[in-house]
Amino acid sequence: MTLKFAEKMCGKSLRCAALVLTISAMGTGAAFADTMRMAVTTSFHNSGLSDVLLPQIKADLDLEVQLLVVGTGQALRLGQAGDVDAILVHSKPAEEAFVVGGYGPHRTEIMYNDFVLIGPAADPAGIKDAADAAVALEAIRGAEVPFVSRGDDSGTHKKELSLWQNAGLDAAALAPNWYKAAGAGMGATLNTASGMNAYVMSDRASWLKFANKGDLELLFAGDPVLFNQYAYLPVSVELHPHVKADLAAQLEAWLVSDIAKELINGYRLNGEALFTFNAAE
Amino acid sequence: MTEIWEGLRQAALLIATLDPDLLQISARSLQVTLSATLIASAIGLPLGGMLAVYRFRARRGVIALMNAMMGLPPVVVGLIVYLLLSRSGPFGVFGLLFTPAAMIIAQVVILTPLIASIAHQALRELWAEYHDLLISLNTTRRQRIVTLLWDARRALLTAALAGFGRGIGEVGAIMIVGGNIDQATRVLTTAIALETGKGNFALALGLGFVLIAIAIGVNLAIHFASRTEVSSRW
Repeated sequence: MTLKFAEKMCGKSLRCAALVLTISAMGTGAAFADTMRMAVTTSFHNSGLSDVLLPQIKADLDLEVQLLVVGTGQALRLGQAGDVDAILVHSKPAEEAFVVGGYGPHRTEIMYNDFVLIGPAADPAGIKDAADAAVALEAIRGAEVPFVSRGDDSGTHKKELSLWQNAGLDAAALAPNWYKAAGAGMGATLNTASGMNAYVMSDRASWLKFANKGDLELLFAGDPVLFNQYAYLPVSVELHPHVKADLAAQLEAWLVSDIAKELINGYRLNGEALFTFNAAE
Repeated sequence: MTEIWEGLRQAALLIATLDPDLLQISARSLQVTLSATLIASAIGLPLGGMLAVYRFRARRGVIALMNAMMGLPPVVVGLIVYLLLSRSGPFGVFGLLFTPAAMIIAQVVILTPLIASIAHQALRELWAEYHDLLISLNTTRRQRIVTLLWDARRALLTAALAGFGRGIGEVGAIMIVGGNIDQATRVLTTAIALETGKGNFALALGLGFVLIAIAIGVNLAIHFASRTEVSSRW
């Protein structure tokens, strides 16, 4: 198909023929094995869990899952445009809107992990012993100490905004002299916070894996509002006929299986469990 | 400062152990950028020649536009190519998004104006020199362009290498259209961005040194193969 089109476009020139060959050879290069594309959030990938799950998926289903590691906002857009076959994200309202909009047939909850508040070891805002997340954020605002926000419309960013809202604060109205929107992924945002010695909210996995901790420490965790539900959404085959719906269904069945349950619950980073499997079978 | 030494150590370690991942992403970096440079040269060099030889009303405008396009922001090119190749875009049926082919297309768009502009500068000077001779020999325009391209081949090599240099270090466009997929579209620059995001500065820096070494290696290899800067020739 590609070849014919390009031939039509360039006629019979020899130079063009070389171009057509190069491009068509590369376009088809990856299509030999059973492959599908899944957009996942940075927090899922940075945790290292994908490095455990993908080889097992390959072994069990003979399916190569190509991961596009993006923010939840972009993952949903990729699904809407039909550029991926499935997405694995964590932002319930946005996921429900995705299903209502007809972009995906359903959402399947797979597992959850949790968010933590990170900050300078000296803890100038004193959030270490806060009663809940709302109190901790209120303390940060009261002390006006630097806080770095993802600011990239990702699932983590949306979560952070909802936490400010729970604390009765409007994140958009917070003073930019201490509330900094990085507009970047989790790793880059942690780098920024480390450089500024600022407070930041992160998922536990990204934090544990992060190598440039500097003077930062995990200060607050455990409030149930910080739990973070991941869900799997296949992309609608009615909207995008080219989507590999059968492979996406196979992967879904695997993700809710006992093998996945064991791998997810058993995954440890620095001795800590990160994810809790909670798919309904 | 310790990070930089650690980066050098990591680079040496990666190369010494012939790390298979490193070899794969380095090969892909070369594959993408060399292909893009070849295609962009095939378009840009004759285009530079045509702009030197032909006289037409919009010529100044075209040259100015081309020079301006040398500074095209890669991230914008990436976004536009992404939207064109997306399944919901006009060329979506080809399924090229997130393949090396998409990365090559984006880089061709970025490199062509650069190569054409540098080529045009070099050929314009040569054309001023050759003008009377080639006209008096009653050559066709095509012959004139071919003559200019051949006689200016060393300057044109510089144009192509400048294009290669811009392409091999480019991250904005290929990150968007390639998606940085492990084993499929990950190249050196996107791997560096990824490792920096994880806070693995030493590994990121090590990959950076490998990238620089490859860029120098390609330049040296091409100069050696075409025997420039040899004392008996210019």
